[in-house]
Amino acid sequence: MRAMVYRGPYKVRVEEKEMPRIEHPNDAIVRVTLAAICGSDLHLYHGLMPDTRVGHTFGHEFIGVVEQVGPSVQNLKVGDRVMVPFNIYCGSCFFCARGLFSNCHNVNPNATAVGGIYGYSHTTGGYDGGQSEFVRVPFADVGPALIPEWLEDEDALLCTDALATGYFGAQLADIAEGDTVAVFGAGPVGLYAARSAWLMGAGRVIVIDHLDYRLEKARTFAHAETINFAEHDDIVVEMKRTTGWIGADRVVDAVGAEADGNLTQHVTGAKLKLQGGSPVALNWAIDAVRKGGTVSVMGAYGPIFSAVKFGDAVNKGLTLRMNQCPVKRQWPRLFEHIRNGYIKPNEIVTHRIPLEHIAEGYHMFSAKLDGCIKPVIVPSAA
Amino acid sequence: MAYTAEKPPLPETPEQLRARIPGWGADLDPRDRPSVPREVPGIETGAHWDFPERQVEHSPRERSIEHGTMPPVFGTSAPLKGASGAIRRFAYERYSEGRAAHWLLLIAADRVDAVESHLTALASTRPDNLLTETGIKAEITHHGLSSRTAGKRVDVGHQALDPVIVAGPWIVAAGLTILGADALRRRIDARTARPTTSTAQGTGTGAGQQMGQQAGTAPVDPTVAAPSYQPGMS
Ligand SMILES: NC(=O)c1ccc[n+]([C@@H]2O[C@H](COP(=O)([O-])OP(=O)(O)OC[C@H]3O[C@@H](n4cnc5c(N)ncnc54)[C@H](O)[C@@H]3O)[C@@H](O)[C@H]2O)c1
Ligand SMILES: [Zn+2]
Ligand SMILES: [Zn+2]
Repeated sequence: MRAMVYRGPYKVRVEEKEMPRIEHPNDAIVRVTLAAICGSDLHLYHGLMPDTRVGHTFGHEFIGVVEQVGPSVQNLKVGDRVMVPFNIYCGSCFFCARGLFSNCHNVNPNATAVGGIYGYSHTTGGYDGGQSEFVRVPFADVGPALIPEWLEDEDALLCTDALATGYFGAQLADIAEGDTVAVFGAGPVGLYAARSAWLMGAGRVIVIDHLDYRLEKARTFAHAETINFAEHDDIVVEMKRTTGWIGADRVVDAVGAEADGNLTQHVTGAKLKLQGGSPVALNWAIDAVRKGGTVSVMGAYGPIFSAVKFGDAVNKGLTLRMNQCPVKRQWPRLFEHIRNGYIKPNEIVTHRIPLEHIAEGYHMFSAKLDGCIKPVIVPSAA
Repeated sequence: MAYTAEKPPLPETPEQLRARIPGWGADLDPRDRPSVPREVPGIETGAHWDFPERQVEHSPRERSIEHGTMPPVFGTSAPLKGASGAIRRFAYERYSEGRAAHWLLLIAADRVDAVESHLTALASTRPDNLLTETGIKAEITHHGLSSRTAGKRVDVGHQALDPVIVAGPWIVAAGLTILGADALRRRIDARTARPTTSTAQGTGTGAGQQMGQQAGTAPVDPTVAAPSYQPGMS
């Protein structure tokens, strides 16, 4: 089969790879019909995530058709069209039994702090991902779900991570009616978080980025006010000014480890890896939120320490909430919102790229070329 | 403006927002939010087991020492191999996730892996092709220049240097480590080659003496080879 493989920082290619096998009785093999590149994949692509091995296939956002099932699989059969959450989880451990699906304890030998994720390095379990023609899906009775008849493929694909994560991020922000919500980052996660903040009754939604074309999308798709931080000498002062010198009630960090805006933090964190990521956006969030407010962190950070302004978080009495998104929990309610026309997920898709051209796709998404917001990958066997 | 108990005024009323934004307030009630509360004991997951069956472990699988047991299911992508594999195994066996050394070794191993893999590929039918693998063609097909000069972007300054900054220091460090290990080995060889060192005498059976004999074809002056080295000092 054809599959994307990692060749080292900033290098990927498509190779002929052995077909995945049923390794466990509850495994399924899924033929991928659509996949996507996520902002999280950039952390791997840039060589920032520890234990990212050459030969590993990325991809944690995908949908497909069941090709084969293991002997204990009850809920899926060959030919079913399925959407697969980015989390790999057992459904039965201490954490899964309480709904913490992204924190499963039974699927990742390599680390206890992270659950299992498809195609996301060995630090999240060493599973090959879905930027490929076929993929092994563990716990087929737990994670995947049939794609509802009425749901379009691209919309289903976006439910497997970006949309679910943005929606989850808005929930963790504890938004109450009339709250002013600031979202750092106008990538897919930030755009969906901003759109979701309105569902929860926000009174004002402000999106911050430095890419004008993404801020434009924040205005049209997410109905938000926008600020280009590159146009301000000090974005924190601007945030204070625009919120009556109090700060935003709730802030979402939808940027993560590769935040720009401070060269020292960016180079030590995102490049040299002397920190677990560049906490520029997180620190801006801590500064820009009001005292007693909530910061919801959706941005991903590496496993080593980062220079976070913890003292200010303490002094301001902040609530910091965060997690990898437990995707499947979001689906029933998200489906209602999509059906009601409140969110049309694929309005943010900008590029559809054949698997064979995925190297250009990575470069374009990483360097933010050609107005790229969300690239979708179409495998050859699809 | 004075700081009073008032919340700063909002530009729009709830009625205006509801009219402008489809779905405004649909999840106003926290009970409609699927992640509230965070933990839902007894949630339905689809699992029909108390503990999953165990996946067969074909080769010894590295694991975090913070795990009391091998998790029953795991990924089988890219098993450990080569020098990078040895570094990774050491990182897993020696250091918990709580130690920076664990992660720094894993990142160093990633850089070694890339170098190893490029070298192996050179001798294969499919060597690495920097032009195609970096996807640099997108600069031409997807408006590299105009995308970068549009508006005010803060990342253009460092973008061109990023790959060098990411890989450079680590490759240098890996190189120095290999050189350092090599130098250390040579010093140890030289030391054990010394006929009068206490180690060589003490062991009697003489790993040191054997090595001394091997080295004997090119006589080493121990005082030059290891002038200040004391056994047990390293
Ligand atoms: N918690 C989860 O479950 C989960 C799931 C998916 C993605 N993520 C993480 O969410 C983050 C965003 O994902 P994405 O797909 O939207 O990525 P993306 O790279 O497309 O978007 C990030 C955006 O942040 C902007 N940005 C950079 N520095 C900034 C700063 N200092 N302030 C404001 N904006 C800044 C960038 O210009 C970019 O538009 C990533 O870190 C990703 O790993 C987390
Ligand atoms: Zn993702
Ligand atoms: Zn579990």
